[in-house]
Amino acid sequence: MSVRIILLHAGVILALFLMQFLASDYVVLTFTRIMVLAIYALGYNILFGYTGLLSLGHAMFFATGLYGAALGVTRFGLGVPEAMLVAIGLGIIVSTVIGAVSLRASGVAFMIVTLMFSQAAFLTVLYFGDYTRGDEGIVISDEFRRFSLFGLEADLANPVLRYNLALAFLALAVAVTLAVIRSRAGHVLVAIRENESRTAMLGYDTARYKLLAFVLSGAFAAFSGASYALMFAYAGSTLASIQYSIHPLLWTLLGGAATVLGPVLGTALMFLLVDFASGFTSASLLVVGVALILLVLFFPKGILGTLRQRYLPWLP
Amino acid sequence: MSLLLETRALSRSFGGLKAVEAVDFSLSRGEVRAVIGPNGAGKTTFVSLISGRIAPSSGSIVFAGEDVTALPAFRRVQRGIAYTFQITSIYANLTAEENVALAAHRPGTHAGRDYLARVGLADRAAQRSGTLSYGHQRLLEVAMGLALRPKLLILDEPTQGLSDSEIESFIGLVRDVARDATVLLIEHNMPVVMTLAHRITVLDRGRILAEGRPEDIRASDAVQRAYLGTG
Repeated sequence: MSVRIILLHAGVILALFLMQFLASDYVVLTFTRIMVLAIYALGYNILFGYTGLLSLGHAMFFATGLYGAALGVTRFGLGVPEAMLVAIGLGIIVSTVIGAVSLRASGVAFMIVTLMFSQAAFLTVLYFGDYTRGDEGIVISDEFRRFSLFGLEADLANPVLRYNLALAFLALAVAVTLAVIRSRAGHVLVAIRENESRTAMLGYDTARYKLLAFVLSGAFAAFSGASYALMFAYAGSTLASIQYSIHPLLWTLLGGAATVLGPVLGTALMFLLVDFASGFTSASLLVVGVALILLVLFFPKGILGTLRQRYLPWLP
Repeated sequence: MSLLLETRALSRSFGGLKAVEAVDFSLSRGEVRAVIGPNGAGKTTFVSLISGRIAPSSGSIVFAGEDVTALPAFRRVQRGIAYTFQITSIYANLTAEENVALAAHRPGTHAGRDYLARVGLADRAAQRSGTLSYGHQRLLEVAMGLALRPKLLILDEPTQGLSDSEIESFIGLVRDVARDATVLLIEHNMPVVMTLAHRITVLDRGRILAEGRPEDIRASDAVQRAYLGTG
């Protein structure tokens, strides 16, 4: 891997680390949220950006992590680290099963199948309202968010710890994404996106590679969902709704599909845009809509995608 | 010479159309075999059945002693059946070198360079393949076929759209390939067929009309009528 690629990504992580010493508490909180959700977008990008598969149902994997962690600590007596691992494990299992079924379809049919599964998952959350507390949601009280790991006491209610943990998770997700897309499998995923039938005729088991991308994105989504529940002490059905399947798609498109940092940038920009717009109008989504239209007009490949095309061909 | 490929009563119909009907076909190792026939004779369907891109309606395919009829295409490729597309099917957004490296199953490396050199595209390695000329894209297809290091290389109309000088060097290339692979060639260009093929199979309306050495095929009345023209 070339030095400038490492420097760029390490630089972004370092900048985010330094930001906490300069920014207000509010900005730190916002960026904690952005970083956690950017993990979701990073995984989505492996499936959508690199493999070319558009899922409209990833909220179900996000929700798997979210509820896996929330119920894990509140109902099953798990500690925070164990609940995280269980939630990610569940995300892998659920996405393997759903992926194996839905990847039998392609194109629009794949979008519809993933959307339907996700709606079924959403309704399941509401149906088991006794456990999930429906759209009111589970509020995780502070006692469940304290844990000790390697002899260190930690409390997720502490904003500084929370910020740095989110940053560490984001750095991990970026590193894994970089490793995946630069691996042999990563090249095959791009080959599938570019010409699937040809890739099969070169002797690659395309179904297996597509499932790999699907499960990776599902695992990232569950990782993000579990982090979200534990760090912000909340798991509600809104976070399992269709909106949360669309979000990672928009974030990825905004920042640049098939660029490693694009989803991170897209998540941040969308958050800041909504934040900025809601400061002076109640129609903040209108502002977001206009911004997206401008994006399609002037940055059809997303911000980093278009930058790469014009100026930075080396950008991964 | 030992048998590399054998089809038994291989058939495929599309609705009422019998594109390939009860074809018994065998191919020896090291052979260069041409399949000729008028348009719509079922040539592409026939090789698609062998490569696994299309499933047969009935019949069986044995490759290197193994029944591969039920295997999906990618497994057949892994066993050594390579197919180069009649309609160019490359990765237009990737460079020529990336295309061939994928075929060599070493994507992200320079493993494709030797194969590009063999087809005369070494100086085009870094060019986005969608911007290559048509003739060069055809040669890239062939390079990808070579990079698979197949036991059987199926070339579907490889010289279509090539200039005379490109055809000349292509003939040399196929001879070179034939030293360590068996070649199944669908070709309309009769001089190329006559020069390269050890044996020729003539398909007409999904059936084998004739089979034999080039000079026998040229002399056959039935083939003359069906294909070469009676003129």
